[in-house]
Amino acid sequence: MSTVAVNPPGRLRRLGRRPRALVGFVLVAIAVFAAIFAPWLTPYTPVQPDFGAMLSGPTLAHPFGTDDLGRDVLTRVLYGARVSLLIGTVSVAVSLIGGALLGSVAGYAGGWVDGAIMRAMDIVFAFPSILLALGITAVLGPSLGNAILAIAVVNLPVFARIARAQTLVVISLDFVEAKRALGFGAVHILTRTVLPNIATPLVVQGSLLFAAAIITESYLSFLGLGAQPPTATWGTMLHDAIGFLSLAPSLAWFPGMAIFLTVMGFNLLGDAMRDALDPRSD
Amino acid sequence: MKRYLLYRIASLVPILFGVSVVVFLLVRLIPGDPVVALLGMEGSQSAIDALRAHFALNAPLPMQYLVWLRHLLTGDFGQSIQSGQAVLPMLLGALVPTLWLSLAATAVSLIIAIPAGVVAATRRDGPADFGASLLALFGLSMPSFWIGVLLILGFTIYLPLLPASGYVAPSTDFSGFLAHIILPAITLGTALAASVMRMTRSAMLDVLGADFVRTARAKGLPRRQVIWRHAFGNAQIPIITLLGIQFGQLLGGVVITETVFSWPGIGKLTVDAIFARDYPVVQGAVLLTAALFVLVNLLTDMVYALVDPRLRRS
Repeated sequence: MSTVAVNPPGRLRRLGRRPRALVGFVLVAIAVFAAIFAPWLTPYTPVQPDFGAMLSGPTLAHPFGTDDLGRDVLTRVLYGARVSLLIGTVSVAVSLIGGALLGSVAGYAGGWVDGAIMRAMDIVFAFPSILLALGITAVLGPSLGNAILAIAVVNLPVFARIARAQTLVVISLDFVEAKRALGFGAVHILTRTVLPNIATPLVVQGSLLFAAAIITESYLSFLGLGAQPPTATWGTMLHDAIGFLSLAPSLAWFPGMAIFLTVMGFNLLGDAMRDALDPRSD
Repeated sequence: MKRYLLYRIASLVPILFGVSVVVFLLVRLIPGDPVVALLGMEGSQSAIDALRAHFALNAPLPMQYLVWLRHLLTGDFGQSIQSGQAVLPMLLGALVPTLWLSLAATAVSLIIAIPAGVVAATRRDGPADFGASLLALFGLSMPSFWIGVLLILGFTIYLPLLPASGYVAPSTDFSGFLAHIILPAITLGTALAASVMRMTRSAMLDVLGADFVRTARAKGLPRRQVIWRHAFGNAQIPIITLLGIQFGQLLGGVVITETVFSWPGIGKLTVDAIFARDYPVVQGAVLLTAALFVLVNLLTDMVYALVDPRLRRS
């Protein structure tokens, strides 16, 4: 379990030589491109109705068709990428940073601090993740920000556990002992020595949880507990599509494909990062 | 063994305590008066006063928690705001369909995952292995409600073979029960199958490389017998453990699947209660689900310890 060694050169370059990693990279790149350039990729806005063409199948003017309000589905899928990627990025960043801090402090301090932090994490872990996210958004009210918070809380114990385990490895090493002997304080050792050395497994886990965060967000917004209408999210689009399955099956097809391909992209990329960065998988 | 079991059961106490505190605070954290949250907007003054006394709402928070806990331990989960029914019987009634669905979904996942994982491991790096890993990747990347929607599209709308929603109790009409459970079970089962398959493959690869498998092969035993009796027999432990760990994922997936298929279980009850702001029901459902999850994890550890004596010592 020692990821302490500095990455030998070329590990990251190996990422590109794997076909799966390449597919993952392309899928993620498409999603990021769609999210950034959505307004320039389509002549419509995601909330603009076209009453002349409601529930139309794919046509030249609307390649993915339109929904029950005549809104362009392609436009909504493109704008939906913004919500998914925003939620993935912010929630994973929050839980990664929070988990890294909690876990490294627990591992470094030991004793009752360790006990208190990790028992709290155990309690968060005792809830099935979707249920906890549901509970949090139910109490705080459904919104984009609360969905982000809920997903971040759900993932917190995962990062905290990894950070703690890695911290225990790092602080047993000679150079940490040496720093202590030289009189460096706990804060200095934690921020300058421990955190940089435990970053790799956390980032790898983060890339895998990114995919999970996108799925959880789609669940929440599918249930109506994520970003609120008229914001276009893939989950709400699928939810709305259920009412029109026999009239306009394409409504369910495109947002589902968008979630599937984006999540697959992050899964592939995460697997490749793990293979490339984790020395155990060699 | 006894000491290990006692230790594991004792370690459950702080977790369940923490879970109950979180669920308790869930309703107290809702902005506004908890009485309104628990009684709805239309409570009469006498009902409000009665509830205040019942939950000791004028006492400090830790005291309120203890009172609430005492109610729980005597089976008093409160009343539903919507229907006025006692919450506990509602929960127990919804538990039955959920357990059926969980069982059926687990069966579906095993039927897909075990053969696929074993074949992938025995033909490592061949086309079958590649195909299986591709399937697992698809399974992990598809949101389960989308699988559900596609199944409804395929088997209810294009080919009107199976009902898209509802539940029939197996005791009233068994074939109706089967017809209704097939689509939700496949929806939930495929989501589980991906990780079970990955675990089966890696557990089988570990075992296939072991000395006793080589010995069995060297003895000239038939290939089928070596793979299924000797290798798979020993690969089961990690698979059972994974199923236990995945029970949480199953309970989460139940929420989504039940909503898509209008399956009247715990998951749908929770979601409906959240939208109706029926907080006593939300509270009870979340508590019951979390307690189930914790208990299943304990059972998994116990099965594990029963099968693998090395674990009892730690």
